[in-house]
Amino acid sequence: MNEVLLTAKNLTKRFGGLAAVDNVSVDLYRNHIHAVIGPNGAGKSTLANLLSGDLPPTSGTVALGNTDITGWTPEKISRQGLGRSYQKTNIFLPFTVWDNVHLAAQSRAPKAHKWLTNASDFIATRARIERAIELSGLQNRVKSIAGTISHGEQRQLEIAMTLATEPQVILLDEPLAGMGAVEAESMVTLLLAIKKDHAILLVEHDMDAVFALADTLTVMVNGQVIASGTPAEIRADAGVQAAYLGEEHV
Amino acid sequence: MSAQQANLEKLPTSIKLVLGMGLVALLAFPFVGTPFYTEMVTRMMIMAIFAMSLDLLQGVTGLVSLGHAAYFGLAGYALAFLTPQGEAVSLWWTLPVAVLASGLAALIIGFFVVRTHGIYFIMVTMAFAQMVYYVFFDNRALGGSDGLYVNFKPSAAIFGWVPFDLDSKRTLYYFTLGALLLTYIFLRRLLFSPFGRTLSGIRVNEHRMRAMGYGVFGYKLAAFTVAGALAGLAGYLWGTQTGYINPELMGFHMSAHAIMMVILGGMGNFAGAIVGAFAFEYLLHVFKDLPQVGSVNLGKHWQLWMGLFIVLLVMFAPRGILGLVEKFMTRKGKSDE
Repeated sequence: MNEVLLTAKNLTKRFGGLAAVDNVSVDLYRNHIHAVIGPNGAGKSTLANLLSGDLPPTSGTVALGNTDITGWTPEKISRQGLGRSYQKTNIFLPFTVWDNVHLAAQSRAPKAHKWLTNASDFIATRARIERAIELSGLQNRVKSIAGTISHGEQRQLEIAMTLATEPQVILLDEPLAGMGAVEAESMVTLLLAIKKDHAILLVEHDMDAVFALADTLTVMVNGQVIASGTPAEIRADAGVQAAYLGEEHV
Repeated sequence: MSAQQANLEKLPTSIKLVLGMGLVALLAFPFVGTPFYTEMVTRMMIMAIFAMSLDLLQGVTGLVSLGHAAYFGLAGYALAFLTPQGEAVSLWWTLPVAVLASGLAALIIGFFVVRTHGIYFIMVTMAFAQMVYYVFFDNRALGGSDGLYVNFKPSAAIFGWVPFDLDSKRTLYYFTLGALLLTYIFLRRLLFSPFGRTLSGIRVNEHRMRAMGYGVFGYKLAAFTVAGALAGLAGYLWGTQTGYINPELMGFHMSAHAIMMVILGGMGNFAGAIVGAFAFEYLLHVFKDLPQVGSVNLGKHWQLWMGLFIVLLVMFAPRGILGLVEKFMTRKGKSDE
């Protein structure tokens, strides 16, 4: 197996009496896509939020490389090398595509606190922006206002912004949500392209995409992991079949 | 929560042209206007600096402060305390000290308030400003409700050599104009620097900024401090011009006026704040001079007319006077083609 980049052990998140995430452990490896699937309300997004610091865990630990990042703020975790995209498109709608990615790339510039130099003068930042835009296939959209591009393009922009922060570990929360078949296909190609250098956690509903992309699958129901394994193993698992046929009370 | 329409940040040529003409008019004004109007325009320019400082918070960072006058007033008080009874004090150290005092107060208060969001930020900034207000209002040693006199305008003398004399109305006018221009240039550069881009990102989507690794607290605190210091520059000039400081300068009304100026002119590009300050002060002058009609003194109710005017403007020109000019110019440009 490749190098482990993120280790989450026994993560639990309680909201009052409800355990949204219940004793979940995940390892993410470089050059490896780990998909998390499950019905609505299974705790998939909550798990992503625990890893990215958007929510603090009730118990359990998260380590990025050899660094324990449990309880860190999202900004600190981001700077430590974890990037994420959001289920609901979370971009800067009034800004151009370029400026969206620029803000992401600039967060890694050592001189981000400079006050009197023009922001577009930083060569290293420019290179980072161009790479992220090219990878995500938005070259023809750089000057468009983010609020005016199509939904699929906004999802691509989400990925571009995540890439521009040059993370080692990427959490993708339903990158295909609301996409048409053609858009979904190009997103799958994009995700395969970025897989090479990163450890990826993919939360996704689109089963075709999940089985095309995932190296490992974890199935969650009611906050708990009910199965984990290769796509072939999961496909054959009777418990998973039951969960997806709706026999589980949600 | 987030402004869906982008600020008018990069000024179109048409607006730059209008601003350039305004600058020429300001440069020539003391030679054509009466001393009364020279003084009035000086006050407008001071308010423009104050409005620009607020725009850094309100228009750029998206932090609506209802207590910004506190930092304006504090620098004025600093000047009053530093000026002895019987002689003038040097401009060269009192100006930086007064500006730093306001900046320091903003740093300390900002440390608490920039953690809050939305309506809470508005309330907490106002609460702190009211605290500062009453500290001065209720304290005889600090001038109390009567305020303090600045008996002598600061002296610009350097070892006996006097490069200019602020006692002259015309000199004070140009000194204020210089301060206005420097503040504008500084803030415009700041707007397009990585720091300024970060602030505008925080305005639009603070959550995503954090997810991308920005420690937003530090950026917001820095913006709050700079805005407070620049408000202090305006307050120092106010104290210099009027020779009198009282708690009202730090009051709720003063803070609200600054907000209205920024909205009136157009937020987020500093030029709008200047235009808004001039427009507000001019309208104030016009409305206060309205005649008595029957038993109603229209001028006494100037706040009513001002309120109506701003409501109408916000309804028909949500991007302020500058946005209106831009819309008018682009439409005209298109029909010319």
